[in-house]
Amino acid sequence: MTLSEVTSISGEAGNFEVEVLKKPRYVDMNKCIACGACVEKCPKKVDNDYNAGLNKRKAIYVEYDQAVPLKFAIDAENCIKLTKGKCGLCEKTCPTGAINYDDKPETVKLNVGSVVLAPGFKAFDPSVFDTYQYTKFPNVVTALEFERLLSASGPTLGHLVKQSKDHEEPKKVAFFQCIGSRDINRCDNGYCSSVCCMYAIKEAVIAKEHSGGDLDCAIFYMDMRTHGKDFERYYEKAKDDGVRFVRSRVHTINPVPETNDLEVRYVDDQGKIQTEVFNMIVLSVGLEIDGSTIELAKTLNIELTPGNFAQTGTFTPVQTSRKGIVASGAFLGPRDIPQSMVDASAAAGVAGEGLAPVRGTMLKEVQTTPERDVFGEAPRIGVFVCHCGINIGGVVDVPSVAEYAKTLPFVEYTADNMFSCSQDTQDKMTQIIKEQNLNRIVVAACTPKTHEPLFQETLMAAGLNKYMFEMVNIRNQDSWVHKESPEKATEKAMDLVRMGVAKVALQNPLAEAQLQVGQTAMIVGGGLSGMAAAETLALQGYETHIIEKSDRLGGNALKLYKTPKGEVIGDKVAELVESINSNDKIKVHLNTTIENVDGFVGNFKARLKENGEEAFLDHGIAVMATGGKAYTPDEYMYGNDPRVLTTLEMDEKMKSDDSLVKDADCAVFIQCVGSREPERPYCSRVCCTHSVDNALELKRRKPDMNVFILYRDIRTYGEKEYLYKEARDAGVIFVRYDLENKPKVSVDNGNLKIVVKDHVLNRDLEIEPDVISLATAIVPNTVNDLAQFYKLPMNDDGFFIEAHAKLGPSEFATDGVFLAGIAHYPKPIEEAIAQGKAAASRAITLLARKEIFTSGQVAKVDPVLCSSCGICVNVCPYSAPSFKTEGPFAGKAEINPVLCKGCGLCVASCRSGAIHHNGFDNDQIFSQIFAVNA
Amino acid sequence: MSKELVGSAMVVGGGITGMQTALDLADAGYYVYLVEKKPSIGGVMAQLDKTFPTNDCAM
Repeated sequence: MTLSEVTSISGEAGNFEVEVLKKPRYVDMNKCIACGACVEKCPKKVDNDYNAGLNKRKAIYVEYDQAVPLKFAIDAENCIKLTKGKCGLCEKTCPTGAINYDDKPETVKLNVGSVVLAPGFKAFDPSVFDTYQYTKFPNVVTALEFERLLSASGPTLGHLVKQSKDHEEPKKVAFFQCIGSRDINRCDNGYCSSVCCMYAIKEAVIAKEHSGGDLDCAIFYMDMRTHGKDFERYYEKAKDDGVRFVRSRVHTINPVPETNDLEVRYVDDQGKIQTEVFNMIVLSVGLEIDGSTIELAKTLNIELTPGNFAQTGTFTPVQTSRKGIVASGAFLGPRDIPQSMVDASAAAGVAGEGLAPVRGTMLKEVQTTPERDVFGEAPRIGVFVCHCGINIGGVVDVPSVAEYAKTLPFVEYTADNMFSCSQDTQDKMTQIIKEQNLNRIVVAACTPKTHEPLFQETLMAAGLNKYMFEMVNIRNQDSWVHKESPEKATEKAMDLVRMGVAKVALQNPLAEAQLQVGQTAMIVGGGLSGMAAAETLALQGYETHIIEKSDRLGGNALKLYKTPKGEVIGDKVAELVESINSNDKIKVHLNTTIENVDGFVGNFKARLKENGEEAFLDHGIAVMATGGKAYTPDEYMYGNDPRVLTTLEMDEKMKSDDSLVKDADCAVFIQCVGSREPERPYCSRVCCTHSVDNALELKRRKPDMNVFILYRDIRTYGEKEYLYKEARDAGVIFVRYDLENKPKVSVDNGNLKIVVKDHVLNRDLEIEPDVISLATAIVPNTVNDLAQFYKLPMNDDGFFIEAHAKLGPSEFATDGVFLAGIAHYPKPIEEAIAQGKAAASRAITLLARKEIFTSGQVAKVDPVLCSSCGICVNVCPYSAPSFKTEGPFAGKAEINPVLCKGCGLCVASCRSGAIHHNGFDNDQIFSQIFAVNA
Repeated sequence: MSKELVGSAMVVGGGITGMQTALDLADAGYYVYLVEKKPSIGGVMAQLDKTFPTNDCAM
């Protein structure tokens, strides 16, 4: 439902009534074919929001070429017809009569069981700051504008130019961090926006790539916050690539007379005033919640935090203050893409928790057409050539290509369509396939990557096997790249169509292996993320087993004291353990290890050792929540003096109010112990917040205690920044040190002594603490055997590698295996729990299907030709081939179609020519090659 | 619960988060209404050029 807004929600969890206001689009979505004719005629130009206002669009528009739905809309505020009653050009131009100026707003009432709020954020508007003169100087741009300038789909097609009238390429670009973040003097956003440090580094790196390397990029920052997975490495690499990092908040920008350049004045590390001239300045604007979202929250009676984000509990990270309404994404706090994806799945998991009894009741059965048996029929090929509006038709002579296709062998029918993908064309194609009795189809259009499934559906609707199809890409591989020579492009389109026809003529119907998904889940690890996953799976109705190697549930959380929000962790963990133990869908296996795993998605079989006894567990899916532990330091006299503690030991002492802490008059926290070091080049993410919180607690217990935090960058991201400010206000002293100049701990006359170089005073500072807390790195547990059983990759630091760094953080590339908690990367409680729920949600999408179909395009062995050499067994990355152990062809290779991904490695390696690739068989490939020269 | 359970959910916001939530819920067997105030879904990520650390195209 686009152009729609929620206006009210009544009722309660499980059964809400929601009112949605649907605003008029003024374009009939069923008729619009997105040909773009209206845009050419529309006389009204408007700032283009998509390109951050850097260029213009028309009053009738689509946001961008890949927009979904790809249907035009009229911007009622700017349309001349709708504002002044004149014009009407788009209506006259539209070939399908889709324009409707009388379209009216409409309120719809919907009944839903759960509501998820994902309203997102808006970029901070720096116009309010006179310091940075954003509105005055064209070469001061926001990071979002800079992003569009770097983008190939942006206003300059990715060519980085200054925004002053000269439009020259910049030679020096400065980035200013924390614009609209960590600032309560000039805006109200006291929180850290979490993502700006990384996006600034990325933009600097990409800008240097675009400009061939001689571009100078300098990032002016307060603390460099690269606390995400692999971010620290990216930061280090950016330094190596020549991006300059300057620790300073710039106070003045002055224009350089007679030029479009800008002079930057700042105070450097040594307290000296510096000036430097730049061609462009990028403001790394923060994230904030839009006013309309704050209004929505008020209407829905949802509590917000001081930063206007949704209020949630540490142990219920996506649950808002109103039951049945959950939140996800940036509404939960400023965050990056992977974290948003974790929240998204977690929110889906939690939203479904209360609805399991009515799962599937609102779904409609898809009508299927029985497949026609074409065995023994001669090929009857239909060729459909697409204009794709002017995308193809503007270059290639599409009707001639269709006409030409008629002359090819076995082709019985050809046609050309304006947009083959539009619904009415699809219906027409279905009808033609039936009427003409076609049994193989070629569509010459755009890319199979996006459109093959759509056309395959059309085939199935017409009763054909979906593999009796070939898509020929005459757009990306032809009209787009040969714009300058339309005649040759038309010739090439004919060649490509001829190849497609030759291949499809040899195509046979393929069957897809169907497989049952075992409805049992196995979770490895009984820490917070594992328990969170189990809770969601069980509440959604699935039998769940938790495998825990120790003798109790709870994991690292058992050692923690309290959360920054003040929740006592021990109590919360006990509640969660109790709810797990009392859930009859969850079976907990303590003192249990996994000895071996066989099988594949939907059908795994684990051999367990439970309390020393062998046991077996069949499971459809598995979640890796194997966690991590604190690094054991050998620096800072740890192990040599009982007053030097790790953070976890400090938590224990605080819990028990130990005299070491109670009687202390001076405490020192040392950050980055074992993290951000050459041997462990990652940030452990939680330690800054943890130390700051513990420091505050010490100050609360004993306000006149001297508390120091020795740090490299304080990384209290998001609203954790408030704690940092509170700690400074409470008198906690923060002293920065460098990796090259680490603090030195010694014992002098029985007293602990720390020497650290203070960068403000530029001299050594001596502290005599009574207790030292080392913020030790988090290292993953060693799980090489599990990684091997399920074929899961790990990075150099020993953390698991997820399916996709951005879009698939809670699952593996291996089907049926999911990932949560510290095994993925160090993270605080709320993120570990969210990821547990996310992994469960991702798993449920698989379990709910009950049976899955794998691709028909897989490799197949002809056992008569197989020489049992074993090359296919060795070469396959997915372990699909194996030797038959019984039957007439025992000893010959066979390929499990479920595990085969159709990569073709074995086909190419087979020395006996015994392996065929269904859908890409040798004779098909050769027929295409011969057709090139035909 | 006083009223009958309804097997559907509403997701407000069609950025990456909203889209992923909607997909997960739909794949889990619930009917989903995805509500977006703009004419098309996609949100801010569609405006981004590349994403770190892999420098993949955001679109």
